[in-house]
Amino acid sequence: MHATDLFFLLVGLTVLAFYMGRGKASQIAQGLGGIRNLHSLPSYYGHYTALYCGFPALLLLCAWSIFEGPVIIGMVMDSLPSDLRPSGSVEYKLLANKISNISLGILPTINQPDALITAAETLQRYSQLSRWSMTALVSSIALLGLMWARSMIVAELRARQRVETAVRYALFACACVAIFTTLGIVLSVLFESLQFFKSVPVADFIFGLEWSPQMAIRADQVGSSGSFGAVPLFVGTLLVSVVAMFVAVPIGLMSAIYLAEYAHKSVRAYAKPALEILAGIPTVVYGFFAALTVAPFLRNVGESYGLSVSSESALAAGLVMGVMIIPFISSLADDVITAVPQAMRDGSLAMGATHSETVRRVVIPAALPGIVAGIMLAISRAIGETMIVVMASGLAANMTFNPLDSVTTVTVQIVTLLTGDQEFDSAKTLAAFALGLMLFLITLILNIIALQVVKRFREQYE
Amino acid sequence: MNTSTTLGVGTLPMSATQDVSGAGPVNIELTATQATVGSAQIPNAKMTVRNVNIFYGEKQAIYDVNVDIGKNQVIAMIGPSGCGKSTFLRSLNRMNDTIDSCRVEGDIRIDDENLYSPKLDVVELRARVGMVFQKPNPFPKSIYDNVAYGPKIHGLADTRVDLDEMVERSLRKAGLWDEVKDRLFQAGTGLSGGQQQRLCIARAIAVSPEVILMDEPCSALDPIATARIEELIEELSQNFTIAIVTHSMQQAARVSQRTAYFHLGRLIEVNPTEQVFTNPEHSLTESYITGRFG
Repeated sequence: MHATDLFFLLVGLTVLAFYMGRGKASQIAQGLGGIRNLHSLPSYYGHYTALYCGFPALLLLCAWSIFEGPVIIGMVMDSLPSDLRPSGSVEYKLLANKISNISLGILPTINQPDALITAAETLQRYSQLSRWSMTALVSSIALLGLMWARSMIVAELRARQRVETAVRYALFACACVAIFTTLGIVLSVLFESLQFFKSVPVADFIFGLEWSPQMAIRADQVGSSGSFGAVPLFVGTLLVSVVAMFVAVPIGLMSAIYLAEYAHKSVRAYAKPALEILAGIPTVVYGFFAALTVAPFLRNVGESYGLSVSSESALAAGLVMGVMIIPFISSLADDVITAVPQAMRDGSLAMGATHSETVRRVVIPAALPGIVAGIMLAISRAIGETMIVVMASGLAANMTFNPLDSVTTVTVQIVTLLTGDQEFDSAKTLAAFALGLMLFLITLILNIIALQVVKRFREQYE
Repeated sequence: MNTSTTLGVGTLPMSATQDVSGAGPVNIELTATQATVGSAQIPNAKMTVRNVNIFYGEKQAIYDVNVDIGKNQVIAMIGPSGCGKSTFLRSLNRMNDTIDSCRVEGDIRIDDENLYSPKLDVVELRARVGMVFQKPNPFPKSIYDNVAYGPKIHGLADTRVDLDEMVERSLRKAGLWDEVKDRLFQAGTGLSGGQQQRLCIARAIAVSPEVILMDEPCSALDPIATARIEELIEELSQNFTIAIVTHSMQQAARVSQRTAYFHLGRLIEVNPTEQVFTNPEHSLTESYITGRFG
């Protein structure tokens, strides 16, 4: 039986186990004169039985599915005559693929060495055997678990607590998934970056002022020096983010104040969702809005004042990104402002303060930690934003603080480095991972700062 | 001034009274025309309230209230929960304005100035009629800034020295100075509940109001903190006119000169406190203070 079929069989068995467990518990209860004589409700005994039936079998099924392939291939390789055995890990993979393709009938058997054909047949036989034994083992473990759990059911069994424990572990496991995924991503990026730092020194990368990642393929190639100084990229990122925050923070904050403090209920009912629609616009739409509408507009305006504005500028990308971030700030700020207790406002109003004095001197300070945290999140978001800058800020790694120039950002460079055909042993490709790592570190630091800010204010005020 | 012994009436054997199960309130018909008994109107009043009706949307919360609030006196407002005494109190400095559905009809005056006339500046009114709330609500600022808040927004202090003096004077009046003088710049929210409430009182008197409204100022406090606040109210009544809503009849008896009894949105009786607790004029008042409901 296939692993997926077996999985559904297991699900069926588990459901059956539930009803059997519950049935037995109800039966016992009847004999004793009612459910109140059981320690737990009958359905808990059902869950208990189902857990014993399904969980160990499922674990075995997962382990088997993961280790089946490599183990069988290893056994097949061992059975090969010594002259055919692969020497390195790359050859090993190639040969393993070849054998499995022959056994699946993808590669024709003609013109293949006999030893390989035998190996393919061995592979087929082993797979068959593995599948049968897996089916037998998994289903028997499930059945054994079912029987054992069912036989354990007595009126005094504390099934309720057992199920509670199982629930706790299940919740813990789910929390772990998120944490381990993050860890996995960080580690994979980290190792690729270390690879990169073998060919480019860390100091050159972090402090270098020139970015031109084209590596010479031939020795005599012109203009492909391959220098990996990341400073221009970070300056570009910083420039675009600063422009974006100049747009987003005041507008977002003030619209939040209006919505939370001044807007009439009916206005709020329409204005808040409308503002949040901004967050739902795909970034690629913002991107072409920036590239096709805002950038040319800025260039025309600049020209009329005699300024030279590049047709892809940090200003255009930053302005549009700022608009994109408005709903983040306004929505978060609105939440924290609304969460400020009415008692604070009443206290201030009863002192004879006007509404805006109350907002400025009491409500905003009280909501500040939340607002700062929201702004920090928005900055993280601005730094990591890709689509708008890809389309509107340009590719040239100019080292400039002039927002009218075209700049490039870390994310844009990652995109250009990793699109198209790649060779994963060249510094050019690996540079993307190093950039990704830096980006991750920066946003991590920002988030930590945000958390600290929130914590400090909390300590002071609560 | 220990009138609490006279409250012994409250320990009447319950079997002697009618239905006291709590579910069945004393059945006394209230008619819209029923007038307040006792001495609602007095000479030399600081605030006068005439024919006031208050509505929340369609629902009427206060019916035709007439009462005077005497200068430099404490008037206590008592009554069962939901009888509208807090709503009434909040109409005295127009805090009800913050509730959209709330509508006040009638005539409320302070020193013969109409509170609800369009000419009146509500911000200035609230500086004249301060308020202390049920739950202590210090601002998330330092103790100093809490007290300095009012003087700052009203521009009462020209120099820092003036302001320091004002803060100290208010904290002294609120009986808090000795406890906080070494930590004026720490957060006001770090104080204990009773200290926070006295901080709120200091904050309210920092702008030198003429009237202070107190909405159950001790209901969130322990007995010792309550006793301190009650002492404070007595001291403050020498300089300020005070209207206090309270659930504690002992408190009303201890701190007030006049007591007003509210029942289901109507003002039933206003009389000197001693009379209300020893010889109430209205049978409803008597039922309430003897603990038959409430």
